[in-house]
Amino acid sequence: MPATFTRHTVETERKDPGFGGKPPVDRRPTGGGGGDENWDSHHSRRHGPREQLIRYRMAVFSVLAADLVFFAVLVSAFFVRQSDGHIGATANFISDWHPLSAPPILWINTAILLLSALTMEVTRRQLFHEIDIMEEWLGLGRPAVRRAAPWMVATILFGGLFLAGQWMAWRQLAQQHLYFATNPNSYFFYLVTGTHAAHLFLGLGALVFALVAMFRFRRVEMRQIVVDCTAWYWHAMGVFWVFLFVLIVFFQ
Amino acid sequence: MRSPAERRVFTTEPKALARLYLWLGLVAVVTGTLLSLLMRIHRTWPDLAMPLHGVIKPEDYLALVTMHGTLMVFFVLTVVPQSAFPNLVLPAQIGTRGMALPRLNAAAFWITTTSLLVLLAAFFVPEGAPIAGWTSYPPLSALAGAGPGQATGMDLWLISITLFCLAAVMGSVSILATILTRHAPGMTFGRLPLTVWSWLVSSGLTVIAFTALFIAAGLLLSDRHFGTSFFLPSGLVVNGIPQAAGSGTPMLWLHLFWFFGHPEVYIVVLPGMGLASSILANFTRRPVPGYTMMAVSTLLIGVLGLGVWGHHIFVSGMNPYAGTAFGLTTMAIAIPSSAEVLTWLAMVFRGRLRVNTPLLFVLGFVSFFIAGGLTGPILAQPALDAYLHNTFFVVGHFHLVMSMAGVFSIFAGIYYWYPLLTGRRMNEGLGQIHFWVSLIAAYGTFYPMYLAGLAGEPRHYAQLAGPVESFARLIPVERGITWSAFLLAAAQLVFLFNVFWSARAKVALAGANPWRATTLEWSPEEHPTIENGPYGYGAGMGEREDFRPQWERKKPF
Repeated sequence: MPATFTRHTVETERKDPGFGGKPPVDRRPTGGGGGDENWDSHHSRRHGPREQLIRYRMAVFSVLAADLVFFAVLVSAFFVRQSDGHIGATANFISDWHPLSAPPILWINTAILLLSALTMEVTRRQLFHEIDIMEEWLGLGRPAVRRAAPWMVATILFGGLFLAGQWMAWRQLAQQHLYFATNPNSYFFYLVTGTHAAHLFLGLGALVFALVAMFRFRRVEMRQIVVDCTAWYWHAMGVFWVFLFVLIVFFQ
Repeated sequence: MRSPAERRVFTTEPKALARLYLWLGLVAVVTGTLLSLLMRIHRTWPDLAMPLHGVIKPEDYLALVTMHGTLMVFFVLTVVPQSAFPNLVLPAQIGTRGMALPRLNAAAFWITTTSLLVLLAAFFVPEGAPIAGWTSYPPLSALAGAGPGQATGMDLWLISITLFCLAAVMGSVSILATILTRHAPGMTFGRLPLTVWSWLVSSGLTVIAFTALFIAAGLLLSDRHFGTSFFLPSGLVVNGIPQAAGSGTPMLWLHLFWFFGHPEVYIVVLPGMGLASSILANFTRRPVPGYTMMAVSTLLIGVLGLGVWGHHIFVSGMNPYAGTAFGLTTMAIAIPSSAEVLTWLAMVFRGRLRVNTPLLFVLGFVSFFIAGGLTGPILAQPALDAYLHNTFFVVGHFHLVMSMAGVFSIFAGIYYWYPLLTGRRMNEGLGQIHFWVSLIAAYGTFYPMYLAGLAGEPRHYAQLAGPVESFARLIPVERGITWSAFLLAAAQLVFLFNVFWSARAKVALAGANPWRATTLEWSPEEHPTIENGPYGYGAGMGEREDFRPQWERKKPF
């Protein structure tokens, strides 16, 4: 990756070779890709900016793993509840599951969310653009941030549009007198879209925070970390939404 | 500026958090133990009037069962091995300082505390604590009119559990990020102590299992307050009153709950298994044979543990074919578990034991794990479970394999890591008294439950009375269990005394590495790189001693 500026502690170990020992070991980095890349004797890995980025990313991935389970459990509950019913007095199987036609606006919302994922990815890549980051590192202005900011603003706008669209979908269902507690299918519609919207709402907060952080944070790698982690979260929510959308629309 | 007191309380320093978690666990375990003694008193002397309360009514008994189970499973057996111990030693064991996400980690503690307070508040609301059991099966847990405590008390229980799930996932995310990103240079996966492997797996399980419980609790709250019917079946009549209900199914709760509930057993016991390996290696002065196999077994237990939850609900009306499948996966998990147990036994028989309290408690842990675990494959047979499921056999099984094994591993950890907290060792004589009395009393309490269960004594019943003559013969057994339980509780007073007595300034300091251990939490200073594997015990291992710490640099040639 481009933005790795690791200051190696140039270290010449002078072990006492003792009688008949090896000569002193020179552990200066070799400069190329070779040399000290193995885990066992890598001395400078600890304080590199990359290490911090990976730590935060790993934390985001762990949170996303929990979120993945969250939505997976909801989806399996959806299928379990869908197949429920009871045997009536005349030995008929009676189910209280009423198919629900998802408001068509969901298609537009999905397209908007995918678009926002695209702009988010552009933002992320701008912040990892090698030459711009080099300039930022050296304190020659902030070209990467300047380029990324409009894309970030676009992402926030698309995200807000998506949430507004979801709100409209709920309004449209309410006009058909389908509320949360109307029937099992509507529970799940509101539950799935609602919890996903809550996640996106948090994501929107993270996006605004990242936008401010791009201008306010003094350290280049912290700016990268904030944008990178927000991007991963946002992408995951996009992917989750595609699955939830398919569930809502095609598995009635 | 924060005052020093504030800084001590709202700390992000893991060792300070570990202390706070241990205090929280202590509050929960004292409360939970007192509740269990009340249960025993009621079963033995049902007409005895309690001071301030009067006679324990059947619904009080059910509330005791519920709160005892919830306190012990969540706030003792989960909090101590999965939150207190990792905060105490995990960063040091992988050669770093602090957790990867310190604020998230600290927030987890405060949410856990809130959760405990909410749960305990259930005792003081009108109608008192919930009576649905720690598993809170619907439909009775979904209806406020289902019994005393099922209104506000049940709501508080659900809110408490929701908060606990949140905190557990936050804490585990922090542990996972710490292990995966903060290990020191040279601390490869092949050099992680087995405790760290255990926390890696148990944290992964926590993230998965507690999320499922989080959703289940949320859906149940929605059924109670927002008019949905995820879990409410049709045609429900409670206390003669027909309930408005849809076509939901309690089975959905059962599946969600036990999808959490079974991995929870491994969240409780895996850290103890890792600790057992470490302590056995230390006190036999031998490396762990088959380190790789132990790590792989830990992983396998975690993976298989996610696919066995159905064996808790064989008799609930689940598809019998599913029962067979869950029976098979349950038998499969006995394989990696046996691999670990046989390794420990091999270490015990081939090593020269240095008998010391931490070792004794680990031997107790192994003993309970075997005595409780061997009845696991019996209960994993759907046919046998049909008879045994609602008997005391199951109570004996899970109290031995999960509770006693879990608690003994917690004691082993406290006796072993006590010098890290106070700089001193706990008193050895008192420790041995604590161990032997606890061991005998714990078997005296829970082993007869197997026999009572085989004789058909039902669980969940407030007392053994009524027309069934055959249970009259079990009353002496019940009485013996009660006296054993009192002895077991009394032995813990010795432990509490020892904890505070050994921390006095008069007690001699133990030194930097009192157990002559190899793992990094005992290292007196920080080290830039890690040089060795975790269990370098044995003659000729070190330069001067019979062990080679992980931080010791190789001798230059």
